[in-house]
Amino acid sequence: MTELATRPANPVVGTLVAHESAALHVTGTAVYTDDVAARASGVLTAWPVQSEHAHALVKVDPGAALVVPGVVRVLTAADVPGVNDAGVKDDEPLIPSEAMFHGHALAWVLAETAEAARLGAAAVRVDYEPLPSIITVAEAIEAGSFQGIPRTVRRGDPESVLATAPHVFDGVVEVGGQEHFYLETHASFAHVDSEGQVFVECSTQHPSETQEIVAHVLGLPSNRVTVQTLRMGGGFGGKEMQPHGFAAIAALGATLTGRPVRLRLNRTQDLTMTGKRHPFHIVWKAGFDDSGRILALATTLTSDGGWSLDLSEPVMGRALCHVDNAYWIPNFVAQGRIAKTNKTSQTAFRGFGGPQGMFVIEDILGRVAPCLGIDAATLRERNFYAPGQTTPYGQPVRHAERLHEIWRRVLDESAFDERRAGIAAFNAEHADTKRALAITPVKFGISFTLTAFNQAGALVHVYKDGSVLVNHGGTEMGQGLHTKMLQVAATALGVPLDAVRLAPTRTDKVPNTSATAASSSADLNGGAVKHACEQIRDRMAGVAAGLLGVDPHDVRFSRGRVGGIGASDPSLTFADVANAAYHQRVQLFAAGFYRTEGLHWDTEKMQGEPFKYFAYGAAATEVEVDGFTGAYRTRRVDIVHDVGDSLSPLVDLGQIEGGFVQGAGWLTLEELRWDETDGPGRGRLLTQSASTYKLPSFSEMPEVFNVHFFERATEDGVVYGSKAVGEPPLMLALSVREAIREAVAAFGAAGGIVELASPATPEAVFWAVEAARRAAERAAPEDRPAGASVGAESPLVPFDH
Amino acid sequence: MDHIAVTVNGRNLPLRGIAAHTTALDWLRDTGLTGSKEGCAEGECGACAMLLATSDGHGGTVWTAVNACLVPAAALDGQEIVTAEGLGTPEALHPVQERLAEGGGSQCGYCTPGFACSMAAEFYRAGRVAPAPAESGDRAHEIAPNGFELHALSGNLCRCTGYRPIRDAAYALGAPEPGDPLAERRGRPAPGPVATRLEAGGERFLRPPSVDEALRVLAAEPDAVVVAGCTDWGVDVNLRGRRAPLTLAVEHLAELRALSFGDAAVEIGAALPLAEIERRLDGRVPLLGELFPQFASPLIRNRATIGGNLGTASPIGDLAPALLALEARVVLVSADGEREVDLSEYFTGYRQTLRRPDELIRAVRIPLPLAQQTAFHKIAKRRFDDISSVAVGFALDVDDGVVASARIGLGGVAATPLRARATEALLVGRSWNVETVRDAASVLEAEGTPMSDHRASAEYRSRMLGTALLKLYRTRPLTAEGVPA
Repeated sequence: MTELATRPANPVVGTLVAHESAALHVTGTAVYTDDVAARASGVLTAWPVQSEHAHALVKVDPGAALVVPGVVRVLTAADVPGVNDAGVKDDEPLIPSEAMFHGHALAWVLAETAEAARLGAAAVRVDYEPLPSIITVAEAIEAGSFQGIPRTVRRGDPESVLATAPHVFDGVVEVGGQEHFYLETHASFAHVDSEGQVFVECSTQHPSETQEIVAHVLGLPSNRVTVQTLRMGGGFGGKEMQPHGFAAIAALGATLTGRPVRLRLNRTQDLTMTGKRHPFHIVWKAGFDDSGRILALATTLTSDGGWSLDLSEPVMGRALCHVDNAYWIPNFVAQGRIAKTNKTSQTAFRGFGGPQGMFVIEDILGRVAPCLGIDAATLRERNFYAPGQTTPYGQPVRHAERLHEIWRRVLDESAFDERRAGIAAFNAEHADTKRALAITPVKFGISFTLTAFNQAGALVHVYKDGSVLVNHGGTEMGQGLHTKMLQVAATALGVPLDAVRLAPTRTDKVPNTSATAASSSADLNGGAVKHACEQIRDRMAGVAAGLLGVDPHDVRFSRGRVGGIGASDPSLTFADVANAAYHQRVQLFAAGFYRTEGLHWDTEKMQGEPFKYFAYGAAATEVEVDGFTGAYRTRRVDIVHDVGDSLSPLVDLGQIEGGFVQGAGWLTLEELRWDETDGPGRGRLLTQSASTYKLPSFSEMPEVFNVHFFERATEDGVVYGSKAVGEPPLMLALSVREAIREAVAAFGAAGGIVELASPATPEAVFWAVEAARRAAERAAPEDRPAGASVGAESPLVPFDH
Repeated sequence: MDHIAVTVNGRNLPLRGIAAHTTALDWLRDTGLTGSKEGCAEGECGACAMLLATSDGHGGTVWTAVNACLVPAAALDGQEIVTAEGLGTPEALHPVQERLAEGGGSQCGYCTPGFACSMAAEFYRAGRVAPAPAESGDRAHEIAPNGFELHALSGNLCRCTGYRPIRDAAYALGAPEPGDPLAERRGRPAPGPVATRLEAGGERFLRPPSVDEALRVLAAEPDAVVVAGCTDWGVDVNLRGRRAPLTLAVEHLAELRALSFGDAAVEIGAALPLAEIERRLDGRVPLLGELFPQFASPLIRNRATIGGNLGTASPIGDLAPALLALEARVVLVSADGEREVDLSEYFTGYRQTLRRPDELIRAVRIPLPLAQQTAFHKIAKRRFDDISSVAVGFALDVDDGVVASARIGLGGVAATPLRARATEALLVGRSWNVETVRDAASVLEAEGTPMSDHRASAEYRSRMLGTALLKLYRTRPLTAEGVPA
C-alpha cells in the first residue's frame, strides 16, 4: 500500500465527528457572504436590469435611474476598465450589448438601499431590437444551432453489430435540467482596502478563477485582488463558474465608487440569470443477444448548453464517459454535441454530465427488459463489467468485482427477493395502488477530466503553543470538506481534532487553486494538507528525537503526545516539541502540494485513463404509485456505497443521503418550464420561484432509509485510503425512476413497456399509468407498445465530423 | 411617528428605520441578527423561520413558528419573538440545536436556523405527547414516539441532507428540562395586540384599536390593503415589488377572531389563523380537518386566515373548494352594517369578489348539520407544502344507497373557485354505485375551463376531477346508512 493511503495508529480520520461548523449553523452564528455585508456600514447594493427579450440588440439609457433617490451609479459596459468579459473563454460579456436570454443582466444599478436599487433598475430605459431566438433543443437541432466541439467515444463496430443483433431496440428520450437551488443564492461583497487591494467576499466554489475574472475585468494583476470564501450555503456546481461575473460587478462598483458593494441575487434573479443542469435530448439504438447481453449501443446526445459554452464541453465529455455506467458494451458509439439556445448558460451540477450519461443506459435497460422477457434486475447484473474489462474510452475497470459484491449485498440488505414477492401479492390485491422495488448500480469516475485541475495546495502553521492552523485551496459548501481536512491534519500531526483550526479559504494564502468540484476536493486538498503536515512533523521529529534520546525514525506522534520507541521518558506534549522547535530555529510552517498521478486523456480521440479510480454503489428503492393521480411515495431505500475507507463517516453518510434525494428530485419532481410560445414572454423561465419550482421536501424523504458503506474498501493511492463521495450517490436515485417505471407497469399487462418522461412528475406518471392500462385493454399482439420496434429501421443517423 | 418596539430574544429593540413594507426578516438582518436567512422570500423554504409568542387562549403563551419574510416588521410592534440566536449559543446549545448538530442535521447550514426554530416550536407544543399505540399504518412514520409530528417541519426546505438526519434529530428530542426559560415563558400571557401607526416614505402601516376604527379608515380610504397574516400580500411585496400607501392590519381584532359552534351553523372568524381554527375545531368539521394539513405548511397556517384566503380570491386557494362543498356563507361588514352572501355567489371573476372596498370579511358561516360524507382531494406535485393544480371538496349524503344531496367545490379549473353543479345534479337521486360514479366522473371532468400551465396541463386537471370522485368511491365505500364501511 502506498504511504498516502496508510493510516497511522489512532487516526482522527475515520472517526464520527459532526460538521466543523455545526454549532455555528444551528445557532445562526455561522457567517455567510451577505451576512458580512449586512454587518458593514456605508454599503451600496447592486441590482440588475434584466432583459425582457430572449434575444435582442439592446441600448441602455440609465438617465432616469440616476434621478431615483438613493441611486448612486449605473454600471454599463463603458465603465469596464479591463476586459468586458465574465467567462474564461471570452464569450460571456460582463455587460452585453446583445441580450442572449430572457433575464440577462444588461446593466447594474448601485444604490444606498436595496429598495432604491430596485426602483433604479426599473427606471433604466432599455431599447430592444428583437432578434430571432431558439428556445428548445428541438429548435436548435432543426436550426443547426450548436456550440463547442462535438465529441465521439467509439469502440468496436456498433453499426455492423446493430444490423445483425437478434434483438434491436431504439428510442428517443429527453431528460430535463435541474436548478441547483442552493439555499444561499449567489452573493458577493467587495471593497477596496487601505492598501488599494480589491477584497471580494464571494460565495464561490472556485476562488482562484473568481480572482482571475475580477482582475481581468478591472485590468489589474491578480496580486491586487483577493477573494475569500467563508462558506457557502450550498453550491452543487452552481457556484463553480457562475459567481465570477457577480463578483466582478461588485468589485467594479467598489473601485468606481470607493464604497463597499454588496450583490446578492434574490431567488427569482438567481433562477432567471444563472445556469442549471443541462437538459439532454437522447437518440439511441441498442442490440442484445438472446440472453440479454448488450452487443452494441449507438447513441447521440444533444445537451442544451444555453447561450454560452461555460462548462458544457467537459459536461458532455463526462456524459459520454458514463453512458456505459456499470455495463460491458463491446461495440459502442456515443456522440455528443451542444445545442446553443437563448437560455441561461447551463453549467456544472453535481454529477457533471455523469447522471445524464447513466440515464441513457438505465433508461434503455428498464424499457427493454420486458421485451427480452428478463427481469430488469437480472438484466442489469448480467451485463456488469467483469474484472479485466475496459470502458469504451479505454480505461481498465479496476475493482470491477466490487460492483458484483455491492450488488449482492444490496440484494441481501434489502431482502430483495422476499420483498418482491410481497409486493407482487400486494399488487394483486390492489387495483388502484401499485408498488415496485427496483435496483440500479453506479460506477462513477473520479478526477477532473481537465488534467491540470488535478492539483492542490495547502499552507499549515504550527504555533509555539502547539495549536495548528490549516489553509487549503478547497471551499466549504456544506459537503464537509473542512471537517475532513481538519481530520487529515490532526491525523498527520498526531494531535487531537480540537488542536486544529481551519482558516477561511483565501486566494492570498493558497494561490492558483482548482475549483472545489468533481468530488475530488478531499482527495486533492487532503493530499496537500497531509504533505504540509508531514513536512512539519518530520522536522519536529528531529527535535523530539534529541529531547527523547531516540532516532528520529522512531519518533511517534499520536493524540497530542510525542514519544519514541524505546525512549526512557514516556512522551512529550506536541506543544513542548513545537516550543522547543521554535527555540532551535526549526521551521514550523509548510506549504503542501499534491498532484494526481497516472492520468492521461486524449480529448480529440476521447481515449485514455481520465479517472484515478471509480466509485461504486447500488441502491434498491421501493415506491408506491397512486393510480388515481400518479402521485408516488418512496417507501424504502437500501444503499451500499463505496467511499473507500471513510475519512469522516458522518460526513460521507450525509453526502450519500443528500445526493440520493437530490437525484430523486431531478428525476421525479423538479421541473424547469420555459415559455416556448411565440408570445411576448418567449424564452422566459416560468418556474422562477420556490412556489413554482418544487424541490424535494420531507414528503419525498424515503420513509425507511438504510445506508451502508462498502467495507474493507481501502483505495490505494488516495489520502488515507478514502474515496470521493460528493457526486456518485446522486445517481443512485436512478433506482427511484426505475421503481416508478415498474410500478406503472404493474397497472398494465405483464411484459408491457413503460416509457416515462423525465422528470417523472405525478402528471407524467399518471399518463404512463393510463398508457399501461390502455395497452392492457388492447391485448392484441399486433398492437405492441411503441418503442418495441424489434428489427425496425432506426431513426438514428450518427453524425460524423 | 409613535415609538414602536419588539422584544427579540429577551431584549427590547426599537423598530427603527423601517418602512411599512419592511419585512421582519430584513429588519432582523439589519439589526445584526443574520441567523435568519432569505431563501425564497415567499414563505416556501422556512430559512427565515422565527418563533412568535402567541396566546394559547387560556392566559398562556404558545411559541408559534412563522416566516419572518412575510411578517411586516411593523406588525411585530409590542410582540415578542425568538430567533435561532436566541435559542442557544455555540457554547450552550438548545436541545433542538444539540440534536441537529450532533446528528448531521446541518451541512451547508443555511436552512438550519429556520429548522431549529420550526423544531423548537414543536418541541414546546403543549399537546406533544406520545401517540396512542393504535396509531400505526401508512402515516405512522410521520409521528414519532416522542409525539413530534413531522408536518411541523414541512415548511422548511433543505437541499443538502435529504432530511433523514433532521427527522431523526426531531424524533430524538425529549421534553423541555425544568427551568427551560422558553418552556416557562409558556405559563405567562403572550403580549396583547397593540394599536400601531407607522408612517415613513409615503407609506403607512396602521393597526387600528377596534373594528369600528378599521371600518372608518376603510370607508375613508378604500384603496387600503387589508392584511391579516400577510402570507399573500407579503409575497406580492417581496417578489412583485408591490407597495401600498396604506396597509391596514386587522389580524388582532377580536370581532374577527371568534369561533362558535351553534345549533344552526359554525361561525369562524375571518382573522383566525388556520392553525388555531384547526386546533379549536378539533375535527368537528371533518372536511376542514382533512384540508388543513394539506394547506401550505405550519409556518403559513400559523399566520394565514380564512379572510385572507377568500379576500385574495385566488382560483387555486385551497379553502374555497372545501367551503363551497360545505355551502358556507361569507359575512361582510362595513360601517353601514353587516350582510351575508353565499360563497358560491361571492366570486365574480379572476380575483374579483362581491366584497366592496369598504367592507371587511368578518367571518364565514358553515350551516349545520354537516353532510355525512366529506372529502378533500388536493392534487399537487408535492405532498407537503405545495400549491394545488386541482382541489376538490366533496360533501355527500347517501340515504338507503341513494345520493340524497351532493355538493362539490372545485379549485384550479376556472378563473374562480366554483361549484360542480352539473355533477351534483346528476348524482342526486341516483344509486351510489360504480355506474353512477363513472357517469358523474365524466360530467365532472367537463366542469370548469382548466388551462395548462407550469403546474399541470388542462387535460390532467380535467382528469383529476373525475379520478377524485372515483377515488372517493373506491377508498371510502358507503354502506346503505351512508356511514363509511
